[in-house]
Amino acid sequence: MSAPEKSQGAVSAREEIFGRIRSALADAPPVPDVPREYRRTSTLGPDELMDLLTDRLIDYKARVDVVPSAEVPATVAARLSAAASCVVPDGLDDAWLADLGDGVRCYRDSREAPLSVEELDAIDAVVTSSAVSVAESGTIILDGSRAQGRRAISLVPDHHVCVVPASTIVQLLPEALPRLDVTSPQTWISGPSATSDIELERVEGVHGPRVLDVVIVTDA
Amino acid sequence: MKIALFATCIVDAMYPSVARATVQILERLGHEVVFPAGQACCGQMHTNSGYFDAARKVAENHVHAFEAVEYDVAVAPSGSCVASVRHQHRMLAERAGDTDLAERADAVGATTYELTQLLVDVLGVTNAAEQLGSYFPHTITYHPSCHGMRLLRLGDRQLDLLKTVGGIDVVELPDADQCCGFGGTFSMKNSQVSTAMLEDKAASIRSTGASLCSGGDASCLMHIGGGLSRAGDAAGTLHLAEILASTIDSPAPAPAATDTTTGATR
Amino acid sequence: MSTTFMGMPAVRDTAGHGNLHASEPFPQAATRELGNAQLRSNLRHATHTIRDKRLKVVGELDDWEALRDAGAATKNAAMANLPALLEEFEKNFTARGGVVHWARDAEEANRIVTDLVRQTGSDEVVKVKSMATQEIGLNEHLESEGIAAFETDLAELIVQLGEDKPSHILVPAIHKNRTEVKDIFLRQMPQVDPDLTDNPPELAMAARAHLRKKFLSAQVAISGANFALADTGTLGVVESEGNGRMCLTLPDTLITVMGIEKVLPTAQDLEVFMQLLPRSSTGERMNPYTSVWTGVTEGDGPKNMHIVLIDNGRTNALADQYGRTALNCIRCSACMNVCPVYERTGGHAYGSTYPGPIGAILSPLMTGIEAEDNGSLPYASSLCGACYDACPVKINIPDILVHLRGEDVAAQHQQRKLPSEMDLLMKGAEIALSSGKVLNLMEKALPVGRLAAGRQKKIKKLPGKLAGAWTSSRDIPAPPAQSFRDWWKKEGRG
Repeated sequence: MSAPEKSQGAVSAREEIFGRIRSALADAPPVPDVPREYRRTSTLGPDELMDLLTDRLIDYKARVDVVPSAEVPATVAARLSAAASCVVPDGLDDAWLADLGDGVRCYRDSREAPLSVEELDAIDAVVTSSAVSVAESGTIILDGSRAQGRRAISLVPDHHVCVVPASTIVQLLPEALPRLDVTSPQTWISGPSATSDIELERVEGVHGPRVLDVVIVTDA
Repeated sequence: MKIALFATCIVDAMYPSVARATVQILERLGHEVVFPAGQACCGQMHTNSGYFDAARKVAENHVHAFEAVEYDVAVAPSGSCVASVRHQHRMLAERAGDTDLAERADAVGATTYELTQLLVDVLGVTNAAEQLGSYFPHTITYHPSCHGMRLLRLGDRQLDLLKTVGGIDVVELPDADQCCGFGGTFSMKNSQVSTAMLEDKAASIRSTGASLCSGGDASCLMHIGGGLSRAGDAAGTLHLAEILASTIDSPAPAPAATDTTTGATR
Repeated sequence: MSTTFMGMPAVRDTAGHGNLHASEPFPQAATRELGNAQLRSNLRHATHTIRDKRLKVVGELDDWEALRDAGAATKNAAMANLPALLEEFEKNFTARGGVVHWARDAEEANRIVTDLVRQTGSDEVVKVKSMATQEIGLNEHLESEGIAAFETDLAELIVQLGEDKPSHILVPAIHKNRTEVKDIFLRQMPQVDPDLTDNPPELAMAARAHLRKKFLSAQVAISGANFALADTGTLGVVESEGNGRMCLTLPDTLITVMGIEKVLPTAQDLEVFMQLLPRSSTGERMNPYTSVWTGVTEGDGPKNMHIVLIDNGRTNALADQYGRTALNCIRCSACMNVCPVYERTGGHAYGSTYPGPIGAILSPLMTGIEAEDNGSLPYASSLCGACYDACPVKINIPDILVHLRGEDVAAQHQQRKLPSEMDLLMKGAEIALSSGKVLNLMEKALPVGRLAAGRQKKIKKLPGKLAGAWTSSRDIPAPPAQSFRDWWKKEGRG
């Protein structure tokens, strides 16, 4: 049998690749069942979850505040004290911004009315909520819903203030994923941007936000 | 118990004292040792060099040789050869489409043990000084060979037994789990890389100040010993069987005088 | 099958092309790399650092082995089901506004990507680090077509600016230390601060400044993918610096190049692989950023989404029943980080885009063992087994290395009329070691060797290339006066 000429286009690449795969699997290798003996349910209570997440976030150089909801506005304002401007997704809880001083100019962003990349680049900070957090790995997941916004807003500004309601914290990744729609545009964040490319030493702060502030809300 | 000794080709031809020590240890425990006369080699060198047809013939000889003799368990003073018997013989037979040989090889493999595996897991030896009368008043270090460690999962069996030898001082080897660079024909085909690995192993041994390095595989010890010797190092190598067999009345050669040929001449 | 040797090794239709080849025998390349003391010191430092990190974070999970079992089974199932999974992925990706392209080999993939870039009217692209595009030599191809490709990962940037080649799949500039990186930046970055030091945070800031404008203005991005989910048409990219997010989010057009073996059956599989991958690769509990997207999302991210699914030798590897599990590789690099051979030679010695233990099997599996010098790669291992223990999807690399050595020996025998030195050595050993009787006879000659060793009781030099290589750095003890079996017999024991 000779391979069809590519240039003739008689057999498309797609068809040919499928043909190759089927012939490679002519011996019909078995399809094993996947054993899922790994941990899939949490053993930790709410306080332990917050402690673990805090510990893991700090280990990867995020700054963490753990506060009741009443103190969120003051905490956000304190974290933004050095910022002249910030962007927020249009679905963000307005109450969280109540204590922002006049010195911070606040921009709204949405899929329908997005800021340009240049505009975002001129803004100092971003405030978002979050969908789910995985305590064991110190991972905060944003899923693009209205309180978290478009992916670009949590990327271009250099300082990200991220609010994490305690009720959204789970211990394990297998507990987190069922809470999300995998087809939503997701960004998983574990500490500020970092690199290990020079001598395998972790250095925080490259292209993504160099400062990550996490506000864990104990009663939300 | 009737124990069949698989001496392994390298021990049979180059380090007979290791096989004799193995016999002594087992007889001291009251067991009967037999030596299947047809045995030669496990075929690992051929297998790992890609010469599967030759390897199968060597392996087949091994299976025949051990089927020809009655015994309860077989033992070899080599983790790597036991790993070959247990893990490679079936593969060689299957590749040749010889399912009968594959099953017979499995049967032989299932009752073949590395020396410390047999001593600890089957014969219940946990204290060499008390149960074997082992005595070796020297400072040694220990290299766990890769195949014993990763294919047989020997864990600390070898090291733990060595530590219970009377009078011994076992100092920890830095980066002990790193390969010495032997790897059979790897040390010839990729001699320069092998040498770089060997140099690091020799430096680790040197850093312990021990007068010898012990282990459970004669081939790795020949490699390490060959490197130490070429570098003019005072330290040598000695198989752990010889240390376990050493007693106050019948001591293994003292480290300074350790010479890989001593066993054969004494 | 033809037995005539035509002067060219038989390369199969399905063989992979591009940067998958050793261009000289491994021992030769390795010897040269070994001579570079700076390289050896850099590699030793880097591999030991990452090994310790990996051990620490893997040790934190008491279900690590269960995760490995799940990962291995998932990949085995995915490979066995590959046609169905690819069709499902294609259907779902297309339904979400993406366009699927298929490429038989490197050349076809490069052509497809070039055409796609041309259609946008842009003559430059930003790139997320991708092994698939390294493998097909995409950057070089784009350059030859007048399209500038900017690598944005820090290590890739170091390699690109240094006009160098990657030497590691995770940390392509692992062979460079901080001072060498600083020197490259000072030489190649037009706007860089001339007082730049070799402090890593400062170097990272220089890279940020260098690439910032590029990110904000790029119209086209090219990425790889760490996984594709068949049941949703979702893609994922795992990274650290945020350069990936920049490329995946800001440009209008995103072209993803991915090997066909990357597809996973379901979204649930992410829970396994996203635990295995970061801990095995950078030794972190989780990498700083993971992007997960499914086709085009109105108002958020690129408007045009393409994926180029490449074979380029993968089906060749899949057809090898002893070697196909090599395709389970998730490109974590744990095997090379623990490999004593890689630690000393570095990645360049392997020639291919895929170095280290996985490369030593993957490259010849994809190209065929006969291609260029790829037959020398499976011997680049002492078979110590550290790679198998470290592999998060339990690829039995040592067994596949041995299998490929068998393939190489068979291929060599087909091509050669006269036996090699190794053939002779093996034949002699086979005769000696296939019978206790013959071995016994041979052992009668031991005293001769003893004599040759002389008074030092050491053999310092053996003839021949192979045996001579052993005695280049190692003595052999004088043989004993009699073998064990001889002693046993003379003792009257059997």
